[in-house]
Amino acid sequence: MSTIQIKVNGRLHNLDLDPTTPLLFVLGDELGLLGPKFGCGMAQCGACTVILRGHVVRSCVMPVSAVGPDEVTTLEGLGTPEKPHPIQQAFIDEGAAQCGFCLSGVILTAKAVLDEKPEASDQEIGEAFGGVLCRCFTHIRMLRAIRKYADARKA
Amino acid sequence: MSLSRRDFLIDSGALIVSFSAASIPRPFAVAQGPFDTHRSHIDPTKLDSWIAVAADGLVTAYTGKCDFGQGMVTAQTQLVAEELCVPIGRVKLIQCDTSVSPDQGTTSGSQSTPTNFNSGDLAQAAATAREALTNMASEPLGEPADQLSVSGGVITGKTGRRVTYEELIGNKRFNIPLSASAKRRSPTQWTVLGKPVSALDRIALMTGQFEFVHNIRVPGMLHGRVVRPPEAGATLVSVDESSMRQISGVVKIVVRSNFVGIVADKQWQAVQAARQLKVNWNPGPGLPTRKTFYESLRTQPSRDALLVDSKDVDQQLAGARAVVRATYAYPFQMHGSVGTSCAVADVKPDHATVWSATQSVYPTRSNVASLLGLAVDNVRVIYIRGSGCYGLNGADTVSFDAAVLSQAVNRPVRVQLSREDEMAWENFGSACVIEQRAGIDQSGSIVAWDCENWVASRGGRPGYDSPGNVITGLLLGYTPEPLTQRAAAEPTGELRNGSNAVPSYVAGCISGKCGGAGSVRSERVLSHTVPSPFFTGPLRSPLRMQNTFAHECFMDEVSASAKADPVAFRLKHLRDARLIDVLKSAANAAKWENRPSPQSNRARSGIVSGRGIACVAYEGNNGYAALVADVSVDVASGRVRPQKFFVALDCGPISNPDGLGNQTEGGILQGMSRALVEEVTWDDKRVTSNDWETYQSLYLDLGFELPTIDISLLNRTDVPATGAGETAITLVPAAIGNAIFNATGVRLREVPFTAERIRTALSALSGMEG
Repeated sequence: MSTIQIKVNGRLHNLDLDPTTPLLFVLGDELGLLGPKFGCGMAQCGACTVILRGHVVRSCVMPVSAVGPDEVTTLEGLGTPEKPHPIQQAFIDEGAAQCGFCLSGVILTAKAVLDEKPEASDQEIGEAFGGVLCRCFTHIRMLRAIRKYADARKA
Repeated sequence: MSLSRRDFLIDSGALIVSFSAASIPRPFAVAQGPFDTHRSHIDPTKLDSWIAVAADGLVTAYTGKCDFGQGMVTAQTQLVAEELCVPIGRVKLIQCDTSVSPDQGTTSGSQSTPTNFNSGDLAQAAATAREALTNMASEPLGEPADQLSVSGGVITGKTGRRVTYEELIGNKRFNIPLSASAKRRSPTQWTVLGKPVSALDRIALMTGQFEFVHNIRVPGMLHGRVVRPPEAGATLVSVDESSMRQISGVVKIVVRSNFVGIVADKQWQAVQAARQLKVNWNPGPGLPTRKTFYESLRTQPSRDALLVDSKDVDQQLAGARAVVRATYAYPFQMHGSVGTSCAVADVKPDHATVWSATQSVYPTRSNVASLLGLAVDNVRVIYIRGSGCYGLNGADTVSFDAAVLSQAVNRPVRVQLSREDEMAWENFGSACVIEQRAGIDQSGSIVAWDCENWVASRGGRPGYDSPGNVITGLLLGYTPEPLTQRAAAEPTGELRNGSNAVPSYVAGCISGKCGGAGSVRSERVLSHTVPSPFFTGPLRSPLRMQNTFAHECFMDEVSASAKADPVAFRLKHLRDARLIDVLKSAANAAKWENRPSPQSNRARSGIVSGRGIACVAYEGNNGYAALVADVSVDVASGRVRPQKFFVALDCGPISNPDGLGNQTEGGILQGMSRALVEEVTWDDKRVTSNDWETYQSLYLDLGFELPTIDISLLNRTDVPATGAGETAITLVPAAIGNAIFNATGVRLREVPFTAERIRTALSALSGMEG
């Protein structure tokens, strides 16, 4: 056990825990966050995705000790039900979910790739989704929401 | 929704659950304490079991049909709002909780809409409530009930006097039975139902505020993991508890028969402990050789069913101008939920609460009670959404895991399966072999159709009393429901086509009564259920997809043999007007050009394109669909890329076109993944497809070369509503297979259509055409 300090969605937390604990379990079990999910524990599906240092990270395979001082952003850290982030709003407008379990991977990946490269081509966006799985196959609506967000961002 | 704020006014008045002001679900604070659950309190014949009106006018409705992402909360909320004439925002729907909702069995089989939207249950309850309220208003308003109008939860007389629902009944019980004669609102009057209503959960989902069963946290809760056997059929010898000494936080190693599990303070400790625990197992009996598996299915002892038999099939085939034969094979496939299954159980000495993503809260309650040795009334199962299930995934089995582990430590326990535990042991969609023969006469019409199938089966839904139908029950010492050998009896009664074992083109005549969708009078369909080496269970469009793949590809083969256009040839042999309508609608939408398949002028190299069609009367009469697939095939690599789908659907009166579109698009793409890449694999001992590297699925990165999907909805308001979540997916392997044939001349009779299989078939064909 050791004391770990992490910053998540704007708040600092001091936690006493096993430093090898995957970040995902800290977010869900210690901080009670609902967004990141355990899907595979092997970085194969994207359900546990968070943003760290501007990039998507699979929190199921990242030890909490590797997070460092930078802020972790989860799906609930983007916006609120009352004031969703524009990408969340695009997904709300398009109704781009079925069960919704995969949304951390889908929404945060789209945000990260377009933050880094607002002019990203469809192919570049597609490549960023290489490890993101939606087994309800809501791809058509998700794609429409991502394009809508990308276009609005450019405008 | 905070359960701690639930306020059950069971004795004093109406059954009302109060909500926080925000409609966004919040994490559980505290589990409900000891409770009083008796089936008699939830009598489905009583209106109060379904509908309650609070003092503030809020309507609470109770349903036994749950929402796992297919939109049933939204559609059922629309239904109640429509029948009660209140705004949708005034209705709160409580789904599947054995303490408060009626027992509606399992949410499955495309039965939620037929059950709750037609002539009984939730729809009739809401209509009964409106009628009762209107009758109650008659006296205070001084006018006969038939003179009153209802809108927005307010009843108004001709004189303009008004009374609200809450003034009439607020917080009080109706104390009346459901009325079968209560008049339903006509689809022509609908203002909420039938309209495209966005899913009510979408804001919470997109902002990370939606509470899944995975998010349930109960005070004092521990974390469990299970340790499944290393191979199929292995039995426990011993557990070496000393192998756990290095890991802190382990509370208990739980062993019961062949079940092994671990409970720890933290999730990470449970994960590590489950990996490190040394367990000695006796080896299992081994698994059948994969290479010859389909052939081996035919030689197993079987339970047989003859669905239809005109007794003249052999004779008609002997006299036919030509006989077409083909054998199709369909693999075991997985539900493969993106999240592994999870449940939380809180077992006390005399009662238990289970938070579960099961589709079957009441059956799960019965099984949990028997696993724990508790009275069924002392177990409460509360449905909380899990990761999309598509049928019997691990939700039931993990609920049993959690219950057993919680009982062993006398504390609440959350269990989430590992990816391998989920994939190696779930109840797969059945592998099937389907053999077809058809005779054609001089005029190019089908004179006889003979179909025989072999379906691999083991276990399945646990029902109310068969926990051994899933892995946890088996490990605990229960056995799967036995597959007793039985010879086929003569078909009697009405044609039963719930698994679509009977092709659409036969007449389906039993004792002179013809329930089939087609015209071929010489017909035989014989089904063999045979033992499976793996657990099997319903997977979206169970057996309907396997059978339809074989029927609709075979119809394409017979069309080709008759050198006929596949649409015209289908129409020539169909009688069912609704199936004919969807077939024509899909063909029209696709601007189908009349031609036989394969294309005569097709290219032999580069990228070639083709188009195929398939149609189905789902379960015989539970929804109608036709699908045209446009695909391209890269001849060099064998890679298939679906470009465009045109689907036509008839599910009776449409409850929510937005939800139906979402289900249809998702179903078609999921069908594409199953048609092109998904297949369970195994070696001589164990399942080898146990993660997303070894079990292929289409990923989201296909997103930017997605096919387009054109949907034609035939909204029929003069017939009962049918299911709609499984119709489109049923057609995808057949439509793609027929399109590949049209493009290349290659007929693929085994799913999935992997690039390797297509390459092999193409080179075999070019060898033949030399």
